[in-house]
Amino acid sequence: MTDEELDITQLETPELIEQIQDDLYDGLHDEVIEGVNELLRRDMTPYDVLTQALVGGMDVVGVDFRDGILFVPEVLMAAKAMKGGMAILRPLLAETGAPQVGKMVIGTVKGDIHDIGKNLVAMMMEGAGFEVINLGINNDSDKFLAAIREHQPEILGMSALLTTTMPYMKVVIDTLKEQELRDKIIVMVGGAPLNEAFAEEIEADAYCRDAAVAVETAKKLISMKKDVTSKHPN
Amino acid sequence: METVLIACGALAREVLALKKKYRWEAEVLGLPSLLHNRPELIPPAVLNRIREVRSQYQRIIVVYGDCGTAGGLDAVLEAEGVERVAGPHCYEMYADSSFENMMNEEPGTFFLTDYMVRSFDHIVIQGLGLDRIPDLRDEYFKNYTRVVYLAQEDDPELARRAQWAADFLKLPLKVRPAGYGALESRLLELMQQNHESLETSPAEYI
Repeated sequence: MTDEELDITQLETPELIEQIQDDLYDGLHDEVIEGVNELLRRDMTPYDVLTQALVGGMDVVGVDFRDGILFVPEVLMAAKAMKGGMAILRPLLAETGAPQVGKMVIGTVKGDIHDIGKNLVAMMMEGAGFEVINLGINNDSDKFLAAIREHQPEILGMSALLTTTMPYMKVVIDTLKEQELRDKIIVMVGGAPLNEAFAEEIEADAYCRDAAVAVETAKKLISMKKDVTSKHPN
Repeated sequence: METVLIACGALAREVLALKKKYRWEAEVLGLPSLLHNRPELIPPAVLNRIREVRSQYQRIIVVYGDCGTAGGLDAVLEAEGVERVAGPHCYEMYADSSFENMMNEEPGTFFLTDYMVRSFDHIVIQGLGLDRIPDLRDEYFKNYTRVVYLAQEDDPELARRAQWAADFLKLPLKVRPAGYGALESRLLELMQQNHESLETSPAEYI
């Protein structure tokens, strides 16, 4: 049987989930959407569709990218397919009150227009249950601060692809300190020219080398912060 | 030969031209420029080449920028006691002091060099998978607003190809004759240090 002949309505739900993961891996946007709609038709909750089919599929993509099996074009196609699925699920997740892990404001820093990695992080964070406010590219400290005041996120994510723009992250962090906001927010940074030493130097809380690491780090830091808050409520 | 220049493939032609111009007694060894599509592979590749040739030369100079290795290349070179021509990447080297101005003026600037123009098919179209998935062009380049061609040579054929590349990206082209820029001055300085230190080295043993 060829893929064209595959009738997904005939698949058992676990097989269908696996099929969506495969389609996501192959970057098949329309097939992913078809699969998501079929799972919803079977009364699977939007949250389960998201976590089991889409996030499960993207996790495999992330691991294979890290291992050099997949390359950027394939990851981008998978991300586009996931974006298609997310567009269907997002309003349903809001309606059904899916669990919220936390809130993140994310953006590329001033002078930098690169957003592929940052958008992947935003999407995977959303998939992991975070509310994500994506500020886009070329953000100065005023824009970051305004978004933080408006949305009150637990996490600020900053991205840069250029050695010339990454120092601006420190400008934002210094502004957070001046405004007495630094202790209230977790700062995560990422981008090709960054490393852990740089993150430490600018006093960010974490450097994340890819989207999967960003999700894991965010969950860990949020959980640690909640522990501290519950032990020291004041 | 006392000196070897281990150069990125994207700079090798220009380094050979500088070697000829200044009559440097040096060997030039290249590494594949496609490593830039996986910058984390650059430090181990350079390290392997250093170890292959170390016993044959008195001095090794690496002609690479940091090239997105996040300091990884410099860490390897420091451990090996090997020098590198200064600069974050070849665009900065060619544009020299005007690089920052151009980026401030338009952060969405995509740079071409002679090498990039010659290899646009290979590096950009095939390297980014646009031959297989043309739809990704907008994904990669949606935030870019112009192409600046930092020309090393005054070559109408290269200028024509640069225009073709800019058209492919659907961006306006600005041509800026850059020559070898700071690649030349920085490498020349390093090579002169080499010359001076070799000239004075016998005295150090007295």
